Amino acid sequence: MGMLAFFKKKAIFAQKNISNIMAKTEKKKAKNDGYDFSKTDYMFWYETMLLQRRFEEKAGQMYHKQKIRGFCHLYIGQEASASGAVSALRKGDKWITAYRDHGQPLALGTSPNALMAELYAKSTGVSKGKGGSMHLFDKEVGFMGGHGIVGGQVPLGAGIAFAEKYQGTGNVCICYMGDGAVRQGALHEAFNMAMLWKLPVIFVIENNGYAMGTSVERTSNVTELYTLGESYDMPSEKVDAMKVEEVHLAVSRAAERARADEGPTLLEFRTYRYRGHSMSDAAKYRTKDEVEHYKTLDSIESVKNTILEKKYATEADLEALEAKIMQIVEESVEFAENSPYPDPSEAYKDVYVQADYPYTTD
Amino acid sequence: MAREIEFREALREAMREEMTRDSRVFLMGEEVAQYDGAYKVSKGLLAEFGEKRIIDTPIAELGFAGIGVGAAMNGLRPIIEFMTFNFSLVAIDQVINSAAKMMSMSGGQYSVPIVFRGPTGNAGMLSSQHSQNFENWFANTSGLKVVVPSNPYDAKGLLKTAIRDEDPVIFMESELMYGDKGEVPEEEYLIPIGVADIKRAGTDITIVSFGKMMKTALTAADELAKEGISAEVIDLRSVRPIDYQAIVNSVKKTNRLVVVEEAWPLAAISSEITYHVQKYAFDYLDAPVHRVNSLDLPLPYAPTLIEAILPNVKRTLEAAKAVLYK
Repeated sequence: MGMLAFFKKKAIFAQKNISNIMAKTEKKKAKNDGYDFSKTDYMFWYETMLLQRRFEEKAGQMYHKQKIRGFCHLYIGQEASASGAVSALRKGDKWITAYRDHGQPLALGTSPNALMAELYAKSTGVSKGKGGSMHLFDKEVGFMGGHGIVGGQVPLGAGIAFAEKYQGTGNVCICYMGDGAVRQGALHEAFNMAMLWKLPVIFVIENNGYAMGTSVERTSNVTELYTLGESYDMPSEKVDAMKVEEVHLAVSRAAERARADEGPTLLEFRTYRYRGHSMSDAAKYRTKDEVEHYKTLDSIESVKNTILEKKYATEADLEALEAKIMQIVEESVEFAENSPYPDPSEAYKDVYVQADYPYTTD
Repeated sequence: MAREIEFREALREAMREEMTRDSRVFLMGEEVAQYDGAYKVSKGLLAEFGEKRIIDTPIAELGFAGIGVGAAMNGLRPIIEFMTFNFSLVAIDQVINSAAKMMSMSGGQYSVPIVFRGPTGNAGMLSSQHSQNFENWFANTSGLKVVVPSNPYDAKGLLKTAIRDEDPVIFMESELMYGDKGEVPEEEYLIPIGVADIKRAGTDITIVSFGKMMKTALTAADELAKEGISAEVIDLRSVRPIDYQAIVNSVKKTNRLVVVEEAWPLAAISSEITYHVQKYAFDYLDAPVHRVNSLDLPLPYAPTLIEAILPNVKRTLEAAKAVLYK
């Protein structure tokens, strides 16, 4: 099954089963703190998280070969934050994030070829080579970027949700930000209005501990970031986002609240990036031990262990799946390598909708 | 059938007609709903369209500008009112980095059909934070359109076009013009963005201006007429795009040009026009181009200082005489 088809099937499943899962989970958690997810869930998580990991490892290699240029921020370590949310939401929901934006579209089913081509600045990229790593967009799956100004996407996410509410669609917007973004004024203005107007938005802080090289503790006296939502009476919770199941459950709860017209939720995902802030970051602000500790909590390993324990698949099955993913990634590189850069005549396109806009040319 | 209405009424009619025509259009800003608008532009619209579509915001320009852009990306057509464009500076990230860039950085997937509107420039003795012109700032950014009407007729026709436009439009008015009256037809009409208007035909000198400085330009033209000098006065109506051809055509006829603009002189619209005319009408110029901008200073509170700094008829006449060698 292709990634996109898989996602679509999964999305329909998620839509039908949100309340079901919610009810089951409450019961199950009370009993033994275990989870009650299906084989389909685990296989979806494993496949999409591993795709993110292998795709980005390859992107990192290609960056060092100078095939990919500009700023490139890897998501490695944080994959559960994307895959757990994709399984919890449905088609029609909208997605927006900052510039660490490779994970969500991969998990949503955007073509890896078009994503790799965008990193390569090729005309076959999702944004036609005009956005690059920081500005991936895919309208097909509702992925609305890919934004480069820290915190700038937070009011945009509220506005996307505003439009859903205005049009009565029942869709939600999930709006990601890093822990650095919570110190921006834009976030506080957006939180306030999103609560005032009960917008169907799920705000997700991906707290990986560092705003570039500055640790959370060095940016504010308030280090429990989810408590920032409480200033606006916004339901807020902390989520162990190294566990994809927890991500799924938290996003499901938030989505249900949003769809019931009860407004936004703030989720603080506690997560970790294994790599530096961007490709040029040697990450001297943290210890190797710290990084190694988090690797023991790796979300992909954890899902793999569950799959094997529950006998949802054999080692051989998973190896075959990984081989398939490696092939998808290799093909994306080949596709990107063989694609042309945008023709210079493309420069005056896609700036205005007005086709004959009279640019100042001299 | 035309009747005389105020500038603010012309804007209100434009918004009312477009909101009636298209349910995706809504108005959002500070005091636009219950208070009926800080300058009464949106008076009565809350009663007519309800709170779903006429929306009061907290004082949070960055936030609601961004919410507007997000809503526009996702199928709506917001009108975002800034109480004045002086306050748009805290929102400028969303205007420049989001609204103006979305089409390009998404490879054409997401457009932003939004109007940011409100008054620009000086408005009495308000001192320096409330008396600024950023038309040239916004005009500098590709991805935006910048409209600056000078009378009620243009304001209505241009605002209707701006609301229907698929691209982000900055629409700049003036507190000092809201009470101006002018003839506006009962029938519906639209005015295209990017087409200048010859407000007064003439043969001896061209005066180019836009927005509220058009009054200064037209009054100066009246004064020149008394001396037997025939001035052609061109209202740009938009400063992005600029109707360069209209200016060049006029200069080829009059051979002399003065530009009147309220903004500061460095890197102003007047600089841009002057560059263009020296390149494309060089052989037609009988004198260097002159311009009348605000002096290169913050605008203080005292009336004597305001008088000394703002462009006015006297300085426009001096500039005209200089290019006429009189």
